[in-house]
Amino acid sequence: MNTSKKSSYFFYSANMLLLAMLALLCVLPIVNVVAMSVASLQDIVSGKFILWPKHLDFKAYSYIFNTGVFFSSLKNTVWITAVGTFVNLAVTTLLAYVCSRQRFSGRRMILFMVLFTMLFSGGMIPTYLVVKATGLMNSLWALVVPSAVSAFNMLVMREFFESIHESIIESATIDGCNDLGVFFRIVLPLSVPSLATFTLFYAVGNWNQYFAAILYLNDSSLWPLQILLRQVVLIGQSDIYSHLDSGEVIPLPVSTQMATVVLASAPIVVLYPFLQRYFVQGLTLGAVKG
Amino acid sequence: MALPGLLYFLIYKYVPLMGVVIAFQKYKPVQGFLRSDWVGLDNFRRIFDTPEIEKYFINTAIISCYQIVFAFTVPIVIAIMLNEIRSAAFKKIAQTLLYLPHFLSWVVVAGIFYLLFQSDGQINHLLVSWGLHPINILSNKDNFRAMLVLQVIWKESGWGTIIYLAALTGIPPELYEAAKMDGAGRLRQIYHITLPGIRSTILILFILRLGSVLDVGFEQIYLMLNASVSDVGEVLDTYVYRMGVVNGDFSFTTAVGLLKGLVGMMLIVTANRLARAFGERGVY
Repeated sequence: MNTSKKSSYFFYSANMLLLAMLALLCVLPIVNVVAMSVASLQDIVSGKFILWPKHLDFKAYSYIFNTGVFFSSLKNTVWITAVGTFVNLAVTTLLAYVCSRQRFSGRRMILFMVLFTMLFSGGMIPTYLVVKATGLMNSLWALVVPSAVSAFNMLVMREFFESIHESIIESATIDGCNDLGVFFRIVLPLSVPSLATFTLFYAVGNWNQYFAAILYLNDSSLWPLQILLRQVVLIGQSDIYSHLDSGEVIPLPVSTQMATVVLASAPIVVLYPFLQRYFVQGLTLGAVKG
Repeated sequence: MALPGLLYFLIYKYVPLMGVVIAFQKYKPVQGFLRSDWVGLDNFRRIFDTPEIEKYFINTAIISCYQIVFAFTVPIVIAIMLNEIRSAAFKKIAQTLLYLPHFLSWVVVAGIFYLLFQSDGQINHLLVSWGLHPINILSNKDNFRAMLVLQVIWKESGWGTIIYLAALTGIPPELYEAAKMDGAGRLRQIYHITLPGIRSTILILFILRLGSVLDVGFEQIYLMLNASVSDVGEVLDTYVYRMGVVNGDFSFTTAVGLLKGLVGMMLIVTANRLARAFGERGVY
């Protein structure tokens, strides 16, 4: 008895230690990038800190904030996130609601149609040609319309709507509510927690979009933040920020690179801990049955 | 009410699906796919006559195997580890930190890796200050694939645990009680109760994963690819993008994409059949 207790204690502590290390591995790189972005020149050159620099220096940020290119891409990203998430939610909830109610004929067919797209799709090139043919090239709408509904989110949302009891809807219909009335006055208010989850999923997806931008946007004034980040860090085009007129000292490229990484992910990292509860609920909602 | 959604799926999912007919044509944008010339299986013949494609296919398959062996199993291990934690506070904090990378975009993740591992980045500073040799993993043929898989593990492992954790809550605690009475230690309990308890979840996710065996993360690889690693890192998707969107060879690349999609669908169907033959539920 005593030895088994001892070994289970050992097992427990080793497990905890390992998990703590893994969790740290997930955040340390992020902390390091934040630290580098506010490190002073001498700290960067000596390179002898991991968690926090001795001397703070926000020059990289003030430098970036002084450029038009940063704000124009921030504006594009905010537009894509706001408009895109609204379109995502509107179209997904309506479709999911129709699929969740017995009395709508054709719901089985719609469901099959949606499911099938998860198994097999036309692929990158035909989709590209359709987006081109529908006149979305070089427009921010190209990042909204072709990704209006995620089939997976639609199916999970349908599962949630199905849990709303038919009798509630019937009683509203008897009181004179039409289909749209039922949807807006009864179904949506009952689904606020799940709506919050999908808002977050979609919003993060829209904020992080970059590949659609590479495919469909040629004009650099339409770039979202993620593309700007790719240019600055991975293509090494940090002179994208340079503004000739000001007599400012130009920070090291590595500082502006780090600062751009921070700015492109800041809203998510800052908001994330508060929203985590919803994220987790959303994914397990109806994902595991019985 | 369903009209906007239906229109979306018809226009942006089903028209492209019909658009795969251009794989059997010599598609010219000015003629559209109604009036372009039909060429039968010429494009598919060209696929098998292009030696490059064989190379990219092998790259795709190797990277995918790495991902299934490593990136698919790590979340299972972490989920079981989390399940063994008894302190709720510790578990919650660990989960918060482990999930975080999932919400960063691939550009941010690639950027962080790039900045940390570049020749004068933090990692190399540290290695040198400890008297070790600096490493180069960003443009090194020998470990490019390993680095891709490492990135996927870093970004998605924590998030991947969620579905297993949900399945783990469904295991009746009496089973553990009974095992304890019979004298089973923690490891034996994991082997005989925890693992069988999530077996069907693992299987379902595995079948779904097989369907995307030839999708190895285009966004990620496109960002990390550079000239010195294209021999080992160029995959079917990046090739399709390069030849199709950049060079405008639409018919040929659609044929490559179609073949890729068919392989994925065949794998899902076969795996599902096998699963059912062995008495599991399967995906459908």
